[in-house]
Amino acid sequence: MSAATGTRLLAPHSYREANARERLACLLDQDSLDEWLPPSARVTSPHLAQLDAPVAFDDGVVIGRATLAGRPIFVAAQEGGFMGGAVGEVHGAKLVGMLQRAIDERPQAVLLLLETGGVRLHEANAGLIAVSEVMRAVLAVRAAEIPVIVLIGGANGCFGGMGIVARCANAIVMSEEGRLAMSGPEVIETANGVEEFDSRDRALVWRTTGGKHRYLLGDCQTIVPDTIGAFRDAAVAAIDACARQPIGLTLAGLDAEQSLLRERLVRFGDCGDASAIWAALGIVDPGRLPLLEADEFLAAVAANRLGAQA
Amino acid sequence: MSAHWTTVAQRLFPEGHAISEQANFLSGTAQVGGETVAVIGTSEHVPIGVEIALAQAQAVLETVRCHPSRPILILVDTQGQRLRHRDEMLGINSYMAHLGKCIELARRQGHAVLGLVYDQALSGGFITSGLMADACYALPDATIRVMGLPAMARITKVPEERLMALAVDNPVFAPGPENYLRMGGIEAIWQGDLAPQLADALVLAKAQATAGQARDRRSVTGFARGGRKLAQPVIDAVRGGHAVSS
Repeated sequence: MSAATGTRLLAPHSYREANARERLACLLDQDSLDEWLPPSARVTSPHLAQLDAPVAFDDGVVIGRATLAGRPIFVAAQEGGFMGGAVGEVHGAKLVGMLQRAIDERPQAVLLLLETGGVRLHEANAGLIAVSEVMRAVLAVRAAEIPVIVLIGGANGCFGGMGIVARCANAIVMSEEGRLAMSGPEVIETANGVEEFDSRDRALVWRTTGGKHRYLLGDCQTIVPDTIGAFRDAAVAAIDACARQPIGLTLAGLDAEQSLLRERLVRFGDCGDASAIWAALGIVDPGRLPLLEADEFLAAVAANRLGAQA
Repeated sequence: MSAHWTTVAQRLFPEGHAISEQANFLSGTAQVGGETVAVIGTSEHVPIGVEIALAQAQAVLETVRCHPSRPILILVDTQGQRLRHRDEMLGINSYMAHLGKCIELARRQGHAVLGLVYDQALSGGFITSGLMADACYALPDATIRVMGLPAMARITKVPEERLMALAVDNPVFAPGPENYLRMGGIEAIWQGDLAPQLADALVLAKAQATAGQARDRRSVTGFARGGRKLAQPVIDAVRGGHAVSS
């Protein structure tokens, strides 16, 4: 696969297994990506050398403008293969620059392919401020009435401050394999012990942070099979759905979210495991959910999931 | 060096305040320069779990609904987001994003929003509080960091001893507010008499709110102060479609 030669990956291609550039090459209209500060510009992190850590010529994120099924969009894709997609000073500034340019040039939507552990700990303080700037810039784009759509399906999930940023978007599309949360299981285990959260219990990690659980709680709008084509179709649908909804934050929307989150706490605050929440939602035999394919899953839970968006 | 919130409140609000504390969640009002200010915050380094994030969001929404243009002051003292399985299961990132969105809504509707780190600030608990303010200030003894060093060592695979050495004086790792000041994350560090500095900050923030200047200027400030030399040039290059100037 090479964007340069215009060769396209054959669908169905696993979104999870692809890297950031492969995802974009398959997702976007052919040869439509105009990348800003590409690897040839060699804009690298100024902080990694002091920890003897390698740099990447794109600092782990691709940004630019493109078309998606003919719709003019701005896009960013984080590369999970470089420092887990974590946000450093340059990485964050590329995202902020793209988001600010979106306000200047008004694409139909901004698409964020997030795969990240959040703040790049090697750039600690600078990374924390950078994530905050990305969060504020996402909300500024929404305030300019331009929708922001997030896709999550990479092996590293979407964690830390970027898990917060994702929930500042208008819509999230996830695969079953995608994970969305705040603190990673390793961090919780380090702080409070393996009894609190066993980071090596993959089934537990999946139940707690995976796409199906997030979909059931209403934290993502769509769940798709793990193919780039499915993500593409869902992204197009999410952009088009935004034409029928308020884009910026409203008091009514946040009041509704407040009620929804309070109700979630009241109903499920005493549950000891995500599967207990699924049972409380009225799902028959919740233990089978992990085994279902995306479309079977959607059919099985359609009547039970909670809705959410602000 | 721990600062109790009541002591800080006395120094901030000599004209008086009506702030109450419930399970380390602070809320109420205070008088600043003859004006009523809404106050929300946390105390005793409490971890931000789903309940306290929701309580803070509720207080912000009530201020927006019932008291148009009333300024909001966020008093920050937290060891970060609560590191529990239950919070993750319930979707703590959604609760914290909700809090951040409520503060953003307040700003967009003309409320001046100030933050003050009076003791500790950490990670997600800071991103959705002080770092959402128009301007965030800090007391000189405040500590601001991303993550505890043992967890950071585990994630980065950098030995803890090396991180401890870096945390002494390396601007990227050291937890002092002056590093955040240089990087633009903290507007100013308040020494001495706090009340007049708060009043001045409020006048400034209100002027900017009236002018509709919701723009995030931290990367500009961080560049001017020499703490983040690349962020603003990269933003400018992307926005202007040109190479990064050095």
